[in-house]
Amino acid sequence: MSAGEMRRVTAINNGTVIDHVPAGAALAVLRMLGISGDRASPISLVMNVPSSKHGRKDIIKVEDRELTQDELDRLALIAPRASVAIIRSYTVAEKREVSLGEELVNIARCTFSNCITTNPREPQDHRLKVVAPDPLELRCRYCGRPQDMAELVENLI
Amino acid sequence: MEDDLITMDDLSNAEILSLLDDAEILLPVAHGETYLPLLQGRLLANMFFEPSTRTRMSFETAMKRLGGDVVNLGDVRSSSAVKGETLYDTMRMVDGYCDIAALRHPRQGAAQYAADACSISIMNGGDGAGHHPTQTLLDLFTIRQAHGKLSGLKVALVGDLRYGRTVHSLSHALARFECELIFISPAQLSMPEEILADLALHGTKMTESEDLYGAIPEVDVIYMTRIQKERFPDEDEYAKVAGIYTLNAADLAGARAEMIVLHPLPRIEEIHPDVDSTPHARYFEQAFNGVVTRMALMCRLLGVDVPGGGA
Repeated sequence: MSAGEMRRVTAINNGTVIDHVPAGAALAVLRMLGISGDRASPISLVMNVPSSKHGRKDIIKVEDRELTQDELDRLALIAPRASVAIIRSYTVAEKREVSLGEELVNIARCTFSNCITTNPREPQDHRLKVVAPDPLELRCRYCGRPQDMAELVENLI
Repeated sequence: MEDDLITMDDLSNAEILSLLDDAEILLPVAHGETYLPLLQGRLLANMFFEPSTRTRMSFETAMKRLGGDVVNLGDVRSSSAVKGETLYDTMRMVDGYCDIAALRHPRQGAAQYAADACSISIMNGGDGAGHHPTQTLLDLFTIRQAHGKLSGLKVALVGDLRYGRTVHSLSHALARFECELIFISPAQLSMPEEILADLALHGTKMTESEDLYGAIPEVDVIYMTRIQKERFPDEDEYAKVAGIYTLNAADLAGARAEMIVLHPLPRIEEIHPDVDSTPHARYFEQAFNGVVTRMALMCRLLGVDVPGGGA
Protein backbone atom coordinates (compact mmCIF):
# COMPACT_ATOMS: atom_id res chain seq x y z
CA MET A 1 0.00 0.00 0.00
CA SER A 2 1.34 3.45 -0.88
CA ALA A 3 1.27 6.40 1.51
CA GLY A 4 -1.53 7.94 -0.60
CA GLU A 5 -3.67 4.86 -0.23
CA MET A 6 -2.93 4.74 3.49
CA ARG A 7 -4.33 8.22 3.97
CA ARG A 8 -7.79 7.11 2.86
CA VAL A 9 -8.19 5.10 6.07
CA THR A 10 -6.48 5.59 9.38
CA ALA A 11 -3.90 3.07 10.54
CA ILE A 12 -5.14 0.40 12.91
CA ASN A 13 -3.65 -0.55 16.25
CA ASN A 14 -4.34 -4.29 16.15
CA GLY A 15 -6.07 -6.46 13.58
CA THR A 16 -5.85 -7.55 9.94
CA VAL A 17 -5.40 -5.63 6.70
CA ILE A 18 -6.45 -7.41 3.50
CA ASP A 19 -4.98 -5.71 0.45
CA HIS A 20 -5.27 -6.38 -3.29
CA VAL A 21 -8.88 -7.53 -3.12
CA PRO A 22 -10.42 -7.34 -6.63
CA ALA A 23 -12.29 -4.03 -7.08
CA GLY A 24 -15.87 -4.35 -5.89
CA ALA A 25 -15.35 -7.67 -4.06
CA ALA A 26 -14.78 -6.31 -0.53
CA LEU A 27 -18.34 -6.87 0.66
CA ALA A 28 -18.30 -10.45 -0.64
CA VAL A 29 -15.00 -11.00 1.17
CA LEU A 30 -16.52 -9.83 4.46
CA ARG A 31 -19.50 -12.11 3.91
CA MET A 32 -17.20 -15.00 3.16
CA LEU A 33 -15.24 -14.41 6.35
CA GLY A 34 -18.44 -14.18 8.36
CA ILE A 35 -17.69 -10.59 9.40
CA SER A 36 -20.86 -8.56 9.81
CA GLY A 37 -21.39 -4.86 10.61
CA ASP A 38 -22.72 -5.53 14.10
CA ARG A 39 -19.38 -6.47 15.64
CA ALA A 40 -18.01 -4.19 18.35
CA SER A 41 -14.73 -3.17 16.70
CA PRO A 42 -14.51 -1.06 13.54
CA ILE A 43 -14.18 -2.38 10.02
CA SER A 44 -12.86 -0.06 7.28
CA LEU A 45 -13.44 -0.61 3.59
CA VAL A 46 -11.80 1.23 0.74
CA MET A 47 -13.22 0.33 -2.64
CA ASN A 48 -12.07 1.02 -6.19
CA VAL A 49 -8.76 2.66 -5.30
CA PRO A 50 -6.08 2.80 -8.03
CA SER A 51 -3.59 -0.05 -7.91
CA SER A 52 -0.30 -0.19 -9.76
CA LYS A 53 -0.58 -4.00 -10.03
CA HIS A 54 -4.24 -4.59 -10.84
CA GLY A 55 -5.73 -1.29 -12.07
CA ARG A 56 -8.22 -0.94 -9.23
CA LYS A 57 -8.61 -2.79 -5.98
CA ASP A 58 -10.40 -2.88 -2.62
CA ILE A 59 -8.75 -2.82 0.82
CA ILE A 60 -10.28 -4.10 4.07
CA LYS A 61 -9.16 -3.37 7.61
CA VAL A 62 -10.63 -5.42 10.41
CA GLU A 63 -9.71 -4.14 13.85
CA ASP A 64 -9.04 -6.32 16.89
CA ARG A 65 -9.21 -9.58 15.00
CA GLU A 66 -6.36 -11.63 13.58
CA LEU A 67 -7.65 -13.78 10.76
CA THR A 68 -6.25 -17.31 10.71
CA GLN A 69 -4.64 -18.90 7.66
CA ASP A 70 -7.67 -21.21 7.33
CA GLU A 71 -9.98 -18.21 7.22
CA LEU A 72 -7.78 -16.47 4.69
CA ASP A 73 -7.67 -19.50 2.42
CA ARG A 74 -11.42 -19.19 2.02
CA LEU A 75 -10.69 -16.01 0.09
CA ALA A 76 -9.02 -17.95 -2.72
CA LEU A 77 -12.36 -18.15 -4.50
CA ILE A 78 -12.85 -14.40 -4.95
CA ALA A 79 -9.55 -12.80 -3.97
CA PRO A 80 -6.79 -15.24 -4.90
CA ARG A 81 -4.14 -12.50 -5.10
CA ALA A 82 -5.01 -10.83 -1.79
CA SER A 83 -2.12 -10.08 0.51
CA VAL A 84 -2.73 -9.97 4.21
CA ALA A 85 -0.93 -8.17 7.04
CA ILE A 86 -1.48 -8.91 10.71
CA ILE A 87 -1.07 -5.66 12.65
CA ARG A 88 0.06 -5.47 16.28
CA SER A 89 0.69 -2.10 17.93
CA TYR A 90 0.50 -0.23 14.61
CA THR A 91 3.22 -2.34 13.01
CA VAL A 92 3.08 -5.24 10.59
CA ALA A 93 3.75 -8.28 12.76
CA GLU A 94 3.16 -10.93 10.05
CA LYS A 95 2.47 -11.10 6.33
CA ARG A 96 0.34 -13.86 4.90
CA GLU A 97 -0.74 -14.91 1.43
CA VAL A 98 -3.96 -16.55 0.38
CA SER A 99 -3.07 -20.06 -0.70
CA LEU A 100 -5.04 -22.20 -3.08
CA GLY A 101 -4.84 -25.91 -2.34
CA GLU A 102 -5.96 -28.75 -4.57
CA GLU A 103 -9.52 -28.59 -3.28
CA LEU A 104 -11.78 -25.97 -1.70
CA VAL A 105 -13.54 -27.74 1.16
CA ASN A 106 -16.80 -26.36 2.58
CA ILE A 107 -16.28 -22.92 1.09
CA ALA A 108 -19.06 -23.02 -1.48
CA ARG A 109 -21.75 -25.42 -2.64
CA CYS A 110 -21.73 -26.82 -6.18
CA THR A 111 -23.88 -24.69 -8.48
CA PHE A 112 -25.38 -27.59 -10.45
CA SER A 113 -29.01 -28.03 -9.44
CA ASN A 114 -29.00 -31.84 -9.81
CA CYS A 115 -25.77 -32.48 -7.90
CA ILE A 116 -26.11 -34.91 -4.98
CA THR A 117 -24.77 -32.19 -2.65
CA THR A 118 -27.79 -29.95 -3.24
CA ASN A 119 -29.69 -32.02 -0.65
CA PRO A 120 -28.94 -29.91 2.43
CA ARG A 121 -29.25 -32.98 4.66
CA GLU A 122 -26.41 -34.85 2.98
CA PRO A 123 -23.65 -34.52 5.58
CA GLN A 124 -20.37 -34.92 3.68
CA ASP A 125 -18.08 -31.99 2.86
CA HIS A 126 -18.68 -29.78 -0.16
CA ARG A 127 -15.55 -30.23 -2.28
CA LEU A 128 -14.55 -28.24 -5.34
CA LYS A 129 -11.43 -29.39 -7.17
CA VAL A 130 -9.02 -26.78 -8.47
CA VAL A 131 -8.54 -27.58 -12.17
CA ALA A 132 -6.55 -24.42 -12.96
CA PRO A 133 -5.39 -21.68 -10.58
CA ASP A 134 -5.29 -18.61 -12.84
CA PRO A 135 -7.87 -17.93 -14.11
CA LEU A 136 -9.47 -20.03 -11.43
CA GLU A 137 -11.34 -23.10 -12.73
CA LEU A 138 -13.18 -25.34 -10.32
CA ARG A 139 -15.11 -28.58 -10.73
CA CYS A 140 -17.31 -30.30 -8.19
CA ARG A 141 -15.58 -33.40 -6.80
CA TYR A 142 -18.84 -35.32 -6.97
CA CYS A 143 -20.76 -34.35 -10.12
CA GLY A 144 -17.72 -33.08 -12.04
CA ARG A 145 -19.49 -29.98 -13.34
CA PRO A 146 -17.36 -26.88 -14.05
CA GLN A 147 -18.40 -24.06 -11.75
CA ASP A 148 -19.54 -20.65 -12.90
CA MET A 149 -17.69 -18.19 -10.65
CA ALA A 150 -20.48 -15.57 -10.54
CA GLU A 151 -23.00 -18.23 -9.47
CA LEU A 152 -20.56 -19.78 -7.04
CA VAL A 153 -20.20 -16.56 -5.05
CA GLU A 154 -23.97 -16.83 -4.42
CA ASN A 155 -23.37 -20.34 -3.04
CA LEU A 156 -20.82 -19.44 -0.39
CA ILE A 157 -21.18 -21.42 2.81
CA MET B 1 -6.58 -49.60 -10.32
CA GLU B 2 -8.71 -47.48 -8.00
CA ASP B 3 -10.91 -49.18 -5.39
CA ASP B 4 -14.04 -47.85 -7.09
CA LEU B 5 -15.24 -47.35 -10.64
CA ILE B 6 -16.92 -43.94 -10.78
CA THR B 7 -15.82 -42.66 -14.19
CA MET B 8 -13.68 -44.13 -16.95
CA ASP B 9 -10.88 -41.87 -15.68
CA ASP B 10 -10.44 -44.39 -12.86
CA LEU B 11 -9.02 -46.83 -15.43
CA SER B 12 -5.87 -46.51 -17.53
CA ASN B 13 -5.99 -47.75 -21.13
CA ALA B 14 -3.91 -50.77 -20.10
CA GLU B 15 -6.36 -51.55 -17.29
CA ILE B 16 -9.30 -51.28 -19.67
CA LEU B 17 -7.69 -53.71 -22.10
CA SER B 18 -6.76 -56.08 -19.31
CA LEU B 19 -10.36 -56.05 -18.01
CA LEU B 20 -11.62 -56.80 -21.52
CA ASP B 21 -9.15 -59.70 -21.71
CA ASP B 22 -10.50 -61.08 -18.42
CA ALA B 23 -14.04 -60.68 -19.73
CA GLU B 24 -13.10 -62.67 -22.82
CA ILE B 25 -11.85 -65.53 -20.61
CA LEU B 26 -15.06 -65.44 -18.58
CA LEU B 27 -17.36 -65.79 -21.62
CA PRO B 28 -18.03 -69.54 -21.10
CA VAL B 29 -18.85 -68.82 -17.45
CA ALA B 30 -21.27 -66.05 -18.44
CA HIS B 31 -22.89 -68.44 -20.92
CA GLY B 32 -23.32 -71.04 -18.17
CA GLU B 33 -21.09 -73.54 -19.97
CA THR B 34 -18.53 -73.59 -17.17
CA TYR B 35 -19.01 -73.06 -13.44
CA LEU B 36 -16.28 -70.97 -11.90
CA PRO B 37 -17.20 -69.79 -8.39
CA LEU B 38 -14.49 -67.15 -8.09
CA LEU B 39 -16.69 -64.90 -5.95
CA GLN B 40 -18.25 -67.55 -3.71
CA GLY B 41 -19.12 -66.06 -0.33
CA ARG B 42 -19.11 -62.51 -1.67
CA LEU B 43 -22.18 -60.31 -1.48
CA LEU B 44 -23.15 -57.58 -3.96
CA ALA B 45 -25.51 -54.74 -2.99
CA ASN B 46 -27.60 -53.67 -5.97
CA MET B 47 -28.57 -50.11 -5.06
CA PHE B 48 -30.84 -48.86 -7.83
CA PHE B 49 -32.60 -45.65 -6.88
CA GLU B 50 -33.83 -45.32 -10.47
CA PRO B 51 -35.46 -47.86 -12.76
CA SER B 52 -33.08 -50.25 -14.50
CA THR B 53 -33.55 -53.56 -16.23
CA ARG B 54 -30.33 -54.53 -17.98
CA THR B 55 -27.79 -52.93 -15.66
CA ARG B 56 -29.37 -54.27 -12.47
CA MET B 57 -30.01 -57.74 -13.90
CA SER B 58 -26.58 -58.06 -15.46
CA PHE B 59 -24.83 -57.13 -12.20
CA GLU B 60 -26.95 -59.75 -10.46
CA THR B 61 -26.35 -62.37 -13.15
CA ALA B 62 -22.61 -61.65 -13.13
CA MET B 63 -22.34 -62.11 -9.36
CA LYS B 64 -24.41 -65.29 -9.34
CA ARG B 65 -22.54 -66.84 -12.28
CA LEU B 66 -19.37 -66.40 -10.23
CA GLY B 67 -20.88 -68.11 -7.20
CA GLY B 68 -21.60 -64.96 -5.19
CA ASP B 69 -24.90 -63.59 -3.96
CA VAL B 70 -26.85 -60.35 -4.27
CA VAL B 71 -29.05 -58.21 -2.07
CA ASN B 72 -31.25 -55.63 -3.76
CA LEU B 73 -32.43 -52.25 -2.58
CA GLY B 74 -35.79 -53.28 -4.03
CA ASP B 75 -38.42 -50.81 -5.08
CA VAL B 76 -37.14 -47.38 -4.13
CA ARG B 77 -40.71 -46.38 -3.20
CA SER B 78 -40.63 -48.84 -0.33
CA SER B 79 -37.05 -48.10 0.75
CA SER B 80 -36.01 -45.71 3.49
CA ALA B 81 -35.06 -43.10 0.84
CA VAL B 82 -38.73 -42.11 0.66
CA LYS B 83 -38.69 -41.58 4.42
CA GLY B 84 -36.00 -38.97 3.86
CA GLU B 85 -32.90 -41.03 4.60
CA THR B 86 -29.78 -39.46 3.14
CA LEU B 87 -27.70 -41.35 0.59
CA TYR B 88 -24.85 -41.14 3.09
CA ASP B 89 -26.78 -43.02 5.78
CA THR B 90 -28.09 -45.63 3.33
CA MET B 91 -24.62 -46.31 1.98
CA ARG B 92 -23.04 -46.49 5.45
CA MET B 93 -25.52 -49.22 6.24
CA VAL B 94 -24.77 -51.08 2.99
CA ASP B 95 -21.07 -50.74 3.75
CA GLY B 96 -21.64 -53.02 6.73
CA TYR B 97 -23.85 -55.52 4.95
CA CYS B 98 -22.02 -56.23 1.69
CA ASP B 99 -18.62 -56.60 0.02
CA ILE B 100 -19.23 -54.45 -3.07
CA ALA B 101 -22.06 -52.22 -4.35
CA ALA B 102 -23.50 -51.14 -7.69
CA LEU B 103 -25.28 -47.80 -7.51
CA ARG B 104 -27.69 -46.01 -9.81
CA HIS B 105 -29.09 -42.70 -8.64
CA PRO B 106 -30.98 -39.80 -10.24
CA ARG B 107 -28.56 -37.24 -8.76
CA GLN B 108 -25.30 -36.53 -10.54
CA GLY B 109 -22.24 -37.16 -8.38
CA ALA B 110 -24.05 -39.76 -6.24
CA ALA B 111 -21.52 -42.50 -6.99
CA GLN B 112 -18.46 -40.50 -5.92
CA TYR B 113 -20.40 -39.30 -2.89
CA ALA B 114 -21.22 -42.91 -1.96
CA ALA B 115 -17.62 -43.96 -2.55
CA ASP B 116 -16.44 -41.29 -0.12
CA ALA B 117 -18.90 -42.61 2.47
CA CYS B 118 -18.00 -46.31 2.11
CA SER B 119 -15.02 -48.56 2.55
CA ILE B 120 -16.39 -51.17 0.12
CA SER B 121 -15.93 -50.70 -3.64
CA ILE B 122 -18.61 -48.71 -5.45
CA MET B 123 -19.44 -49.30 -9.10
CA ASN B 124 -21.27 -46.42 -10.75
CA GLY B 125 -24.31 -47.78 -12.57
CA GLY B 126 -25.35 -44.31 -13.75
CA ASP B 127 -25.65 -41.03 -11.83
CA GLY B 128 -28.15 -38.55 -13.32
CA ALA B 129 -26.80 -37.33 -16.65
CA GLY B 130 -23.27 -38.03 -15.38
CA HIS B 131 -21.31 -41.23 -15.97
CA HIS B 132 -22.08 -44.87 -16.67
CA PRO B 133 -18.66 -46.51 -16.90
CA THR B 134 -19.75 -50.16 -16.76
CA GLN B 135 -21.90 -49.50 -19.83
CA THR B 136 -18.77 -48.10 -21.48
CA LEU B 137 -16.80 -51.24 -20.63
CA LEU B 138 -19.41 -53.44 -22.27
CA ASP B 139 -19.60 -51.08 -25.28
CA LEU B 140 -15.83 -51.23 -25.70
CA PHE B 141 -15.88 -55.02 -25.32
CA THR B 142 -18.51 -55.31 -28.06
CA ILE B 143 -16.63 -52.97 -30.40
CA ARG B 144 -13.37 -54.88 -29.87
CA GLN B 145 -15.17 -58.19 -30.36
CA ALA B 146 -16.42 -57.01 -33.77
CA HIS B 147 -13.37 -55.14 -35.04
CA GLY B 148 -10.55 -56.91 -33.20
CA LYS B 149 -9.26 -53.56 -31.96
CA LEU B 150 -10.38 -50.34 -30.37
CA SER B 151 -7.96 -47.82 -31.75
CA GLY B 152 -8.40 -45.74 -34.86
CA LEU B 153 -12.07 -46.56 -35.50
CA LYS B 154 -14.61 -44.07 -36.80
CA VAL B 155 -17.65 -43.99 -34.53
CA ALA B 156 -20.96 -42.12 -34.95
CA LEU B 157 -22.83 -41.37 -31.72
CA VAL B 158 -26.45 -40.63 -32.50
CA GLY B 159 -29.50 -39.18 -30.76
CA ASP B 160 -29.61 -37.67 -27.30
CA LEU B 161 -26.05 -36.59 -26.73
CA ARG B 162 -26.96 -33.93 -24.16
CA TYR B 163 -28.64 -36.02 -21.49
CA GLY B 164 -27.46 -39.49 -22.50
CA ARG B 165 -24.84 -40.48 -19.95
CA THR B 166 -23.73 -43.54 -21.91
CA VAL B 167 -22.46 -41.40 -24.78
CA HIS B 168 -20.58 -39.10 -22.41
CA SER B 169 -18.55 -41.91 -20.87
CA LEU B 170 -18.11 -43.68 -24.21
CA SER B 171 -16.84 -40.59 -26.05
CA HIS B 172 -14.14 -40.03 -23.46
CA ALA B 173 -13.06 -43.66 -23.67
CA LEU B 174 -13.05 -43.81 -27.47
CA ALA B 175 -11.07 -40.58 -27.60
CA ARG B 176 -8.42 -42.22 -25.41
CA PHE B 177 -8.10 -44.97 -28.00
CA GLU B 178 -7.73 -42.37 -30.75
CA CYS B 179 -11.04 -43.04 -32.42
CA GLU B 180 -12.61 -40.42 -34.66
CA LEU B 181 -16.01 -39.31 -33.38
CA ILE B 182 -19.04 -37.99 -35.24
CA PHE B 183 -21.71 -36.52 -32.96
CA ILE B 184 -25.11 -36.67 -34.67
CA SER B 185 -28.02 -35.00 -32.88
CA PRO B 186 -30.60 -32.25 -33.20
CA ALA B 187 -29.12 -28.93 -31.99
CA GLN B 188 -31.04 -28.96 -28.69
CA LEU B 189 -29.59 -32.39 -27.81
CA SER B 190 -25.99 -31.76 -28.86
CA MET B 191 -22.98 -32.88 -26.83
CA PRO B 192 -22.43 -30.60 -23.79
CA GLU B 193 -19.80 -27.91 -24.23
CA GLU B 194 -17.65 -29.09 -21.33
CA ILE B 195 -17.34 -32.56 -22.87
CA LEU B 196 -16.43 -31.14 -26.28
CA ALA B 197 -13.83 -28.97 -24.54
CA ASP B 198 -12.37 -31.99 -22.71
CA LEU B 199 -12.20 -33.99 -25.92
CA ALA B 200 -10.59 -31.09 -27.79
CA LEU B 201 -7.98 -30.91 -25.04
CA HIS B 202 -7.06 -34.53 -25.83
CA GLY B 203 -6.74 -33.64 -29.52
CA THR B 204 -9.74 -35.78 -30.50
CA LYS B 205 -10.71 -35.73 -34.16
CA MET B 206 -14.44 -35.01 -34.06
CA THR B 207 -17.29 -33.39 -35.96
CA GLU B 208 -20.86 -32.43 -35.10
CA SER B 209 -23.68 -33.05 -37.55
CA GLU B 210 -27.44 -33.50 -37.79
CA ASP B 211 -27.21 -35.93 -40.72
CA LEU B 212 -27.24 -39.59 -39.72
CA TYR B 213 -27.89 -41.12 -43.12
CA GLY B 214 -25.00 -39.40 -44.88
CA ALA B 215 -22.58 -40.74 -42.27
CA ILE B 216 -23.59 -44.42 -42.56
CA PRO B 217 -21.18 -45.43 -45.40
CA GLU B 218 -18.10 -43.98 -43.72
CA VAL B 219 -18.25 -45.29 -40.14
CA ASP B 220 -17.19 -48.49 -38.33
CA VAL B 221 -19.74 -48.16 -35.51
CA ILE B 222 -23.14 -46.48 -35.25
CA TYR B 223 -24.07 -46.01 -31.61
CA MET B 224 -27.79 -45.19 -31.43
CA THR B 225 -29.41 -43.80 -28.28
CA ARG B 226 -32.96 -43.29 -27.14
CA ILE B 227 -34.25 -39.74 -26.84
CA GLN B 228 -35.10 -39.87 -23.15
CA LYS B 229 -38.58 -38.51 -22.52
CA GLU B 230 -37.96 -38.34 -18.77
CA ARG B 231 -35.14 -35.80 -19.23
CA PHE B 232 -37.37 -33.23 -20.98
CA PRO B 233 -39.06 -30.41 -19.09
CA ASP B 234 -42.30 -30.76 -21.06
CA GLU B 235 -44.10 -32.89 -23.62
CA ASP B 236 -43.90 -30.28 -26.42
CA GLU B 237 -40.11 -30.09 -26.29
CA TYR B 238 -39.93 -33.88 -26.42
CA ALA B 239 -42.37 -34.09 -29.34
CA LYS B 240 -40.13 -31.81 -31.43
CA VAL B 241 -37.28 -34.31 -31.46
CA ALA B 242 -38.87 -37.70 -30.73
CA GLY B 243 -38.35 -40.13 -33.59
CA ILE B 244 -35.97 -37.80 -35.45
CA TYR B 245 -33.50 -40.62 -36.13
CA THR B 246 -34.70 -44.09 -37.05
CA LEU B 247 -32.60 -46.79 -38.64
CA ASN B 248 -34.18 -49.26 -41.04
CA ALA B 249 -32.45 -52.21 -42.69
CA ALA B 250 -32.70 -50.38 -46.03
CA ASP B 251 -30.71 -47.44 -44.61
CA LEU B 252 -27.76 -49.78 -44.05
CA ALA B 253 -27.44 -50.81 -47.70
CA GLY B 254 -24.40 -48.59 -48.23
CA ALA B 255 -22.71 -49.47 -44.94
CA ARG B 256 -19.30 -51.15 -44.71
CA ALA B 257 -19.60 -54.93 -44.31
CA GLU B 258 -18.00 -54.91 -40.85
CA MET B 259 -19.93 -51.87 -39.58
CA ILE B 260 -21.86 -52.58 -36.37
CA VAL B 261 -24.95 -50.94 -34.90
CA LEU B 262 -25.04 -50.64 -31.12
CA HIS B 263 -27.69 -49.33 -28.72
CA PRO B 264 -27.61 -49.30 -24.90
CA LEU B 265 -31.33 -50.31 -24.96
CA PRO B 266 -34.20 -49.96 -24.37
CA ARG B 267 -34.95 -48.86 -27.91
CA ILE B 268 -38.21 -47.17 -28.77
CA GLU B 269 -38.26 -46.13 -32.41
CA GLU B 270 -34.56 -45.60 -33.10
CA ILE B 271 -33.91 -49.01 -34.63
CA HIS B 272 -36.58 -50.81 -36.63
CA PRO B 273 -36.85 -54.54 -35.82
CA ASP B 274 -35.91 -55.33 -39.43
CA VAL B 275 -32.34 -54.27 -38.58
CA ASP B 276 -32.15 -57.15 -36.06
CA SER B 277 -31.63 -59.74 -38.77
CA THR B 278 -28.85 -57.82 -40.56
CA PRO B 279 -25.19 -58.70 -39.83
CA HIS B 280 -24.75 -55.16 -38.51
CA ALA B 281 -27.02 -55.56 -35.48
CA ARG B 282 -25.02 -56.18 -32.30
CA TYR B 283 -27.19 -54.62 -29.57
CA PHE B 284 -28.38 -57.89 -28.06
CA GLU B 285 -24.81 -59.25 -27.89
CA GLN B 286 -23.91 -55.88 -26.40
CA ALA B 287 -26.52 -56.35 -23.64
CA PHE B 288 -25.19 -59.84 -22.97
CA ASN B 289 -21.66 -58.48 -22.76
CA GLY B 290 -22.82 -56.47 -19.76
CA VAL B 291 -22.69 -59.69 -17.78
CA VAL B 292 -19.19 -60.71 -18.75
CA THR B 293 -17.60 -57.28 -18.36
CA ARG B 294 -19.21 -56.80 -14.95
CA MET B 295 -17.92 -60.23 -13.93
CA ALA B 296 -14.40 -59.14 -14.84
CA LEU B 297 -14.83 -55.81 -13.05
CA MET B 298 -16.10 -57.34 -9.80
CA CYS B 299 -13.24 -59.83 -9.74
CA ARG B 300 -10.78 -56.97 -10.20
CA LEU B 301 -12.31 -54.74 -7.52
CA LEU B 302 -12.56 -57.62 -5.06
CA GLY B 303 -8.92 -58.56 -5.66
CA VAL B 304 -9.71 -61.95 -7.21
CA ASP B 305 -7.54 -63.00 -10.17
CA VAL B 306 -9.24 -64.49 -13.21
CA PRO B 307 -7.29 -67.70 -14.06
CA GLY B 308 -5.24 -66.99 -17.18
CA GLY B 309 -6.24 -63.31 -17.07
CA GLY B 310 -4.32 -60.06 -17.12
CA ALA B 311 -4.53 -58.93 -13.44
